Amino acid sequence: MAEFSLPANSKISSAGKRFPAPAGAKNVRSFKIYRWNPDDGANPRYDTYELDLADTGPMVLDALIKIKSEVDSTLTFRRSCREGICGSCSMNIDGLNTLACTQAIADIKGEVRITPLPHMEVVKDLVPDFKHFYAQYASIKPWLQTVTPAPSGEERIQSEADRAKIDGLYECILCACCSTSCPSYWWNSDKFLGPAILLQAYRWLADSRDEMTGERLDALEDPFRLYRCHTIMNCSNVCPKGLNPAKAIAEIKLMMVERAG
Amino acid sequence: MGAGTDLGRVRGLGSAKSGVHHWWLQRVTAVSNLVLVLWFIFSLVRLPSLDYSSVTLWLRQPVAAVPMLLLICTVFWHLRLGVQVLLEDYLHGSARVVGMLALNFYTVAGAAAAVFAVLKIALGAA
Ligand code: SF4
Ligand code: SF4
Ligand code: FES
Repeated sequence: MAEFSLPANSKISSAGKRFPAPAGAKNVRSFKIYRWNPDDGANPRYDTYELDLADTGPMVLDALIKIKSEVDSTLTFRRSCREGICGSCSMNIDGLNTLACTQAIADIKGEVRITPLPHMEVVKDLVPDFKHFYAQYASIKPWLQTVTPAPSGEERIQSEADRAKIDGLYECILCACCSTSCPSYWWNSDKFLGPAILLQAYRWLADSRDEMTGERLDALEDPFRLYRCHTIMNCSNVCPKGLNPAKAIAEIKLMMVERAG
Repeated sequence: MGAGTDLGRVRGLGSAKSGVHHWWLQRVTAVSNLVLVLWFIFSLVRLPSLDYSSVTLWLRQPVAAVPMLLLICTVFWHLRLGVQVLLEDYLHGSARVVGMLALNFYTVAGAAAAVFAVLKIALGAA
């Protein structure tokens, strides 16, 4: 549902703390970070941490890890691979959804503002709740489905040309940067599957080995699940893996037209 | 209804198995809008003057009245399809039902009035 103001308990209070740079710091940069703790009953706030960049790794995730280990251990965020492949560290940095581990601090001017992915429920600090997103992923049955029995003891053969058709799709790491940048997903994520899940759905529609194309299209043909996409293109602008969910969605819409004759 | 689990809520009532027709018609009416609006502008520009008598004289010809009726149909149809998407985006529950009713009534009534006006000129006594 479209909401244009925050509920009272989500409004950001002005009670943020400031953690000054260590004495003698040479290259100070401040990081203004969204904080919310489900256990203290307080409204969210921004805490500001000043770091010496001369003594910090190059990426935003390096700064977050430094804050957590040296300044304030209560700061909560998700990360794992620190190389853009696990999708854990997605967050909104300087107004854009991206991965903290592949976002260079040097590419941001001035204070670095970090908030959780937009329009997701917050578990704590920078950690959003992905339960619904993952359920949407499960709903498209993201695995190979065939009617033909699996070949015994052999792999399923795919030509190089057919394999190339899932390039630009299989690389998706399900970070949700795209879906949470999409206004349609903000307003109607209860039913709209959003760019990430639709790109994943197309990944199976485009796979030459999959035989459930008709059933997959049946499940997608819905004014909300698929057709809430209005080609706003925010998704393709933010994808940190350089993928193009808007194009994948357009391909699904073309398949729908082709099928309807 | 499976509303007690995350996956159950997402699966919900299942897909409506519609949407492609709406999507396609929106594109088709966009093209016919473009063609007919260009025709309309072009025709008006070519008229000797835009006063009441020259415009009604022009609209009395079948080659003007028929495309004009088509223009009315396609514009109102496209409007109906487009505003439906807006209402679905931003309104939920009973507000959406009321909005859709108002939209449908407005489009049908508006188109009928416009069609009547053209017919009155085209078929009325000179
Ligand atoms: S192209 Fe579609 S999915 Fe992508 S941001 Fe726009 S509306 Fe959302
Ligand atoms: S398409 Fe890109 S932004 Fe979206 S979930 Fe996949 S990797 Fe993330
Ligand atoms: S930590 Fe894995 S993508 Fe950033």
